[in-house]
Amino acid sequence: MNDLKSMTIGALKAALQEGEASAQEVVEQLLTVVEEDGGRVGAFLSLDKDSVREQASVCDELRGAGNDNKLLGIPISIKDLINVKGDPCTCSSHILEGYVAPYDATVISKLREAGAILFGRVNMDEFAMGSSTENAALGVTSNPWKLDHVPGGSSGGSAAAVSADHTIASLGSDTGGSIRQPAAFCGCVGLKPTYGRVSRYGLTAFASSLDQIGPITKNVWDAALLLEVISGEDERDATSLREPVPSYTKALEQTTSLEGVTLGLPREYFVEGMDPEVEEAVRNAVEQCRALGAEIVDVSLPHAKYAISVYYIIATAEASANLARFDGIRYGMRVDGADPAALYAKTRASGLGDEVKRRIILGTYVLSSGYYDAYYKKAQRVQQCIRNDFESVFKECDALIAPVTPTPAYRKGEKTDDPLKMYLDDILTTSVNLAGNCALSLPCGFSSDGLPIGLQLIGNHLDEENILSIAHLYEQHTDWHKRKPEFLS
Amino acid sequence: MESEKHTMDVGYVAKLAAIELTDQEKELFQSQLDQVLSYVEQLNEVNLGEVEVRNESAASHDQLRSDDEGISLSHEVIMANAPSASSGCVRVPKIIDQ
Repeated sequence: MNDLKSMTIGALKAALQEGEASAQEVVEQLLTVVEEDGGRVGAFLSLDKDSVREQASVCDELRGAGNDNKLLGIPISIKDLINVKGDPCTCSSHILEGYVAPYDATVISKLREAGAILFGRVNMDEFAMGSSTENAALGVTSNPWKLDHVPGGSSGGSAAAVSADHTIASLGSDTGGSIRQPAAFCGCVGLKPTYGRVSRYGLTAFASSLDQIGPITKNVWDAALLLEVISGEDERDATSLREPVPSYTKALEQTTSLEGVTLGLPREYFVEGMDPEVEEAVRNAVEQCRALGAEIVDVSLPHAKYAISVYYIIATAEASANLARFDGIRYGMRVDGADPAALYAKTRASGLGDEVKRRIILGTYVLSSGYYDAYYKKAQRVQQCIRNDFESVFKECDALIAPVTPTPAYRKGEKTDDPLKMYLDDILTTSVNLAGNCALSLPCGFSSDGLPIGLQLIGNHLDEENILSIAHLYEQHTDWHKRKPEFLS
Repeated sequence: MESEKHTMDVGYVAKLAAIELTDQEKELFQSQLDQVLSYVEQLNEVNLGEVEVRNESAASHDQLRSDDEGISLSHEVIMANAPSASSGCVRVPKIIDQ
């Protein structure tokens, strides 16, 4: 039988259409490798085999009846903070153990309509707060390229599962880099859509003004197809944009050269302390884009260095309000107390992990009386400066090209005792969330010890077609995305 | 953050946030969050002059959905997630002293 589990969505679609494979065969192969993994990669928090098999059998019946939906029979794994009716949705937190989602998120309804098989719940940093998936309360996930290294985060399970061929593609969420950074660490493609492109209905909120759901895939075409399926206006999310959704896959197929494309190289993104191998890989990718016809111009985003400070004020402020709902009353864990206030405080004390507590406390502080102007309001004004920077560079270039992270993946435990050090990892990704732009990460090389390196393409608002097309053309001329982790061979 | 350095009383803020902390946690979080707060002091360098926050999203979201009745989650489904329930209601500790 064909090796179906390592296929891209594109290849698998073709195999299913040609009758060379069935959805049931695909899920059996995947279920077998996940079971054999025995927690080495540990991407999954839960995987309901019966449900997966049932979905696959329905897909095969539909195909037999002539159905050829965009994702018919394609297994997609879901970050454990997106609600799927009847499934757990723990956000990798003890406080949500036992919770069963009573409804589907809008992206899930869209995946179902497109015929996808919902293939398990993947691990993450608790409530998406972290950059290594080490803040996960309910499971340990490793980087498939080096099992003693972190997969990145917070969508670490989504990226690790794709990279290890434990799923075909996955959904993650990106508030400050949580799709792009794990995609870079695990050698996948990860896309953070423009704020409002994808409905957030059913996504457990961390920082509502920054959160976006997006795909993590094995190549650019797959990301384009998944984005096409999950995007669009939703009356259940007032921040979703009503602009029509283009055919992203068609846009890719039409781009054959980068002639006439101007790429900006933001000088602030080559930060002090950057790993020389990362810098070299990214600069080589820039040269490759130049060879494909792009014009490269130096640009400046002068407020980029303030992004971490702004982000950790705005995101924690919003989190402190959003996470107030986890109080032990209506769902999730409860620790009893003599009165409601004691019940809340005890439940949150034992249900939430350290990083979540720290961020709620920080967010409560920056919003508190006497400090609101000094922290939150000031951060909002600097956020405006960051937005203005992007607006002005997009007047002179079509997209920005930059690294995703200052270093490749690092060893587990290296940064867990030093939250600030971990926060600084997000230095090259958070600006995009603060400005609401779209950006993607794709493989552009490997370090000398075999760890993937990511290239970031940042686009203007709603310019996903453009960054996907550039990424696709670059990918066609390189083979970084075809490499597989050694442990798979 | 204007001129003098602020210090956060982690124990007090945790109370506002309804999170009970052990003494150990208070000490650890205090030192970690002091570091974060001293890092964000860098925002004082920014010359904000006339910069005002534009509410860019407002214009594109001026349309409300139609006010139609929809199907809500059933009582049964909601109660299935309640950590403590009795007679079809969520049980909570007593609020009013008798």
